[in-house]
Amino acid sequence: MTVHKGRGFACINYPIGMNLGGDPSQALVHSTPDGKFMVSLSAIDLGQGMKSVTRQIAAETLGVPVADVYVDTADSDTGPHDMGSFASRGTHRVGNAVIRAAAEARAAMMEAAAEELEVNPADLDTDGEGNIHVKGAPGRSITVADTAIAAQFKQGKTLSGRGIFLIPTSEVDADTGEMTPVSCFAHAAVVVDLEVDDETGEVTVSEVNSAYEVGRALNPKMVEQQLIGGAWMGISHALYETTEPYYPNRSHGPQDYNTYLMPGPGDVVPHHIAVLERPAEDAPFGGKGPGEMCANPLLPAVANAIYNAVGVRCDTLPITPEKVLRGIQANGGAQPREMF
Amino acid sequence: MSSIEFRKDLFADERDDTLKEIGKPTIRQDILGHVTGRSPYFDDHLFDGLLHMRCVRSPHHHARIRSIDTSAADRMPGVRRVIRPEDVPNNLNTLLSLINFGKDDEALLQGKKVAYVGEPVVAIIAETERQARDAVAVVRVDYEVLPHVLDVEEALEPNAPVVSETYPNNTFDYHDLYDHQKLRFGDVDKGFAEADHIVEGRYQMSPIEQAPTETCGAIAAPETNNRFVCYTSTQALFFSLGTTAKLLNMPSSQLHFIGGTVGGGFGGKVDSLHEPLAVLGSKLTGAPVKFTFDRAEEMQVGAPRGAERWFIKDGVMNDGRIVARQFTGFFDSGAYTRLSSYAIIKGTGHLPGPYSIPNVASNVYCVYTNRTPATAMRGFGITGVDFSIECHMDKVAETVRMNPIELRILNSYRDGDMKAHRRLAKNTALIECCQVAAGKAKWPISADAAAQSSLQGGGGDRAIIPETVTDQAGRIGERRRSKIPTAPGEGATSKGRVAAGSSVAPIVAVPPQRDDMVIDPSRTGHRKAGAGPAVPPVQATPQAPPRYTPPTPAAPVQTIPSYTPPPAAPVVQPSQPAPAVQPPAPEPYQPSEPFQKGIKRPGVSRFISGTRRR
Amino acid sequence: MVKTPIRFTLNGSETALFVDGGANLLDTLRRGVGDLSPKYGCGQGTCGTCTVLIDGEPHLSCLTLAETAEGRSIETTNGLANGAELHPLQKAFMENFGAQCGYCTPGMLMAAKALLSKNPNPSREEIVEAISGNICRCTGYEPIIDAIMIAAGQLRGRVA
Repeated sequence: MTVHKGRGFACINYPIGMNLGGDPSQALVHSTPDGKFMVSLSAIDLGQGMKSVTRQIAAETLGVPVADVYVDTADSDTGPHDMGSFASRGTHRVGNAVIRAAAEARAAMMEAAAEELEVNPADLDTDGEGNIHVKGAPGRSITVADTAIAAQFKQGKTLSGRGIFLIPTSEVDADTGEMTPVSCFAHAAVVVDLEVDDETGEVTVSEVNSAYEVGRALNPKMVEQQLIGGAWMGISHALYETTEPYYPNRSHGPQDYNTYLMPGPGDVVPHHIAVLERPAEDAPFGGKGPGEMCANPLLPAVANAIYNAVGVRCDTLPITPEKVLRGIQANGGAQPREMF
Repeated sequence: MSSIEFRKDLFADERDDTLKEIGKPTIRQDILGHVTGRSPYFDDHLFDGLLHMRCVRSPHHHARIRSIDTSAADRMPGVRRVIRPEDVPNNLNTLLSLINFGKDDEALLQGKKVAYVGEPVVAIIAETERQARDAVAVVRVDYEVLPHVLDVEEALEPNAPVVSETYPNNTFDYHDLYDHQKLRFGDVDKGFAEADHIVEGRYQMSPIEQAPTETCGAIAAPETNNRFVCYTSTQALFFSLGTTAKLLNMPSSQLHFIGGTVGGGFGGKVDSLHEPLAVLGSKLTGAPVKFTFDRAEEMQVGAPRGAERWFIKDGVMNDGRIVARQFTGFFDSGAYTRLSSYAIIKGTGHLPGPYSIPNVASNVYCVYTNRTPATAMRGFGITGVDFSIECHMDKVAETVRMNPIELRILNSYRDGDMKAHRRLAKNTALIECCQVAAGKAKWPISADAAAQSSLQGGGGDRAIIPETVTDQAGRIGERRRSKIPTAPGEGATSKGRVAAGSSVAPIVAVPPQRDDMVIDPSRTGHRKAGAGPAVPPVQATPQAPPRYTPPTPAAPVQTIPSYTPPPAAPVVQPSQPAPAVQPPAPEPYQPSEPFQKGIKRPGVSRFISGTRRR
Repeated sequence: MVKTPIRFTLNGSETALFVDGGANLLDTLRRGVGDLSPKYGCGQGTCGTCTVLIDGEPHLSCLTLAETAEGRSIETTNGLANGAELHPLQKAFMENFGAQCGYCTPGMLMAAKALLSKNPNPSREEIVEAISGNICRCTGYEPIIDAIMIAAGQLRGRVA
């Protein structure tokens, strides 16, 4: 028995959102009487962090602390229309809608503050800590709370905003496929190191090194979560997962987590990530959604590393020990490949 | 132990990194609920008298339903209602009908012909889940088993069983014209003829379960005012609401959907299978009804990531340049369309991957087979073809005996390159990702590869759309009459040509409705490469309020800037936080007398007193 | 259907109710008592999201007959915090991004609590062993293991 080391590479780009049928998202922002802001959405947080990232986007746009913003989603009676959380569209589409809604609310807030301070709204700025001040004169200021109170109880104004973001439908040409599929792309490249046991066909991934370009890491810890968890899923897809192990035959399909295989906590692979940030011009603060593309390059990188280790090219997923072993046997033994 | 670094040095001149909340590692808004077990997932809503729904499901891949006998189930203890297919008011839908894409092809409860194992036929509502399961077991459905087809290529044979009568050719109809989506860019046959090597491959994805730890489900209950509330695990609230309104023929104003806190989705919670039946059950019983997958159903009835089969053929020069790439792709949609038709459009727009290849052709088929319908999953429409492309890139590298990273950098797309879907590339960063990943892994690449940049070397000749060869092969229904090849161009009786040219302007976002909805350009975090702020230079006086002007449609692009700022609106640009050269700051405001902010009257609520100006 | 009276302590409080024969503890806690913190993930004992502590030991409540809880002491995530003060495990999961969708979190917390009550100074391997019956689909487990390590350190510091 010999354990062969292998190394594989893959790189990808990933389209953010989908606009074949138009792809709108809406957001509403309003202030409470004392200057906290509620963001109403119908977007879904399924763990990717929709509530949290839109909260930061709203706070940044309004110019108030994140603690003073709360995102309420998803109630169809109060949250305006949104297509849904899929296709890496949430950060981009909902984020842009939130920016527009929060920008309008900010404009109303600045007008109300200007009336209180008797200055031109264009002369005002926020400090991000709950105060609005005259540019160049930080001492001449009013709190966001007092602005909201004045707006509602004295001026009779609402500090609120509406936002919609839509990239209209792109027709697709039947003969050439000409289309505007998406507005921006995220990028990734990964190097996978692994070991293949030529007696059992078992593959053990030992290390992943990666570079992910995400436009802007709107929240670096949540980006890290997505990249670590997504890469884990990519390895899982490559080596373990299938609902139909004898596809296209439907028999022996797993019905529980004992037979639907995924790496467990004991199979954690050290993953060293570099995050690159090249802001996309139409993305919220440049941020592209990292949630889907994080998994994609791991599948081919694992397959390429297995080929490098033992000379077996598995073009059919998942790459089970059985497939690796049959490949080794067909080749008359493991045949590690040259690195160029 | 893993590690993460943020390479702020790269593309630094395109970013303003002085934002206040963006870029901060703020903890999640919902995390306190998660760690205390109080986050309200759909099932975390208690109702008195909650009823439970289970479905009678097809045991056959393909069978005609002769009769359904539910009389024994009606008499089972605890059973409150048996829902038969004819009880569904408008029992035919396709998920994307909400955006007018595709024909209605799937029943909520199937009463005529089942087309996959697990297809629901009857729904039973009982007081406990156990009673519902027991009643399901005594429903008698008389099936006439039909021949089935499970393989995508077999499904395209002329004599293959018809999976869905809506699409009798076992393929989705694209543009009312072809049985597949075409992509044609240049002339791949010419490219293959010029190439030093031809590299071919076949790649097969497997169906994959999204496997969120929370299974799909919904609870519906009558609300006051003749409405229904529905707590749901959906990933798309208004998709589910709209689908329910359509299937049940109800005004959407009668539906109150609540969700947004979901125990993982990964694409598996878009299909809106549970909400319509839960609401219908609630309507028919007048009681709260829960309908959810158990784990076995989640694994085998819940729609997986569809299996894809891809054939790739590359023409490669000795120096590693790929001069032609051809794809033939088959998406296994299962018995119904759900989202696969859309995934193919998305996948087609993605070809030939992140590379600039002068000749590209592709035929992609959305194929119906007698298996669980496929749906979205993380990487929808892309994961399978990316697996194929990147395995294939390594085969190409081996063929020309080249470092695989250098091969990718050599062929990488760059700013200003024309993509096969006829739009210019911008904001690219593949080369930098390759370089950084190679560096982290200490995988040596040549000095030349390490010196490349996404910002340079693109455009020019690479921005031109080549003269393109087209064909009309694969019209809808042709394959029923005789076996014809599936690869691009093959089986065509005549070829057409589309002249070379340059790209039209891409479709961009609709501009904001009102001026006030535009974020101040100095606060967006963008900076133009090498030129300080990412906004046009200051033209108006700093005191003027921002004005928004809708963009005029752009003329066909002639030159390719590496970074195009938003359509030139005469936007005012207040002082920038970071750039080296500050615009002249306005004179600090000097009040004529000492300023005092509003005065509060003690002892009176600030909400009713307000503040009084000086 | 025959109802059986059962009595147990739930997070320190006396609890008594009638259950159907064959009812499992998960449904009984969630719908009978109204403690929604244990979650249904599979009903097959394969995912661990329903993990609760019975007399300090982790149990899969979906596979536990409610009647067997008679006279026992049950702990759930709902009782983990000391009033408004979070348990160090909760704090560590919160501050160190140990959750994404949060659905597996209550089960993870219970499995971790059982470990730390017996082994206040666990190695990473021992933590892996302790949570190996709990499925997480979002995080890739590493942040969860890290959070448990951190919480263990804080708990030791509190005792010392």
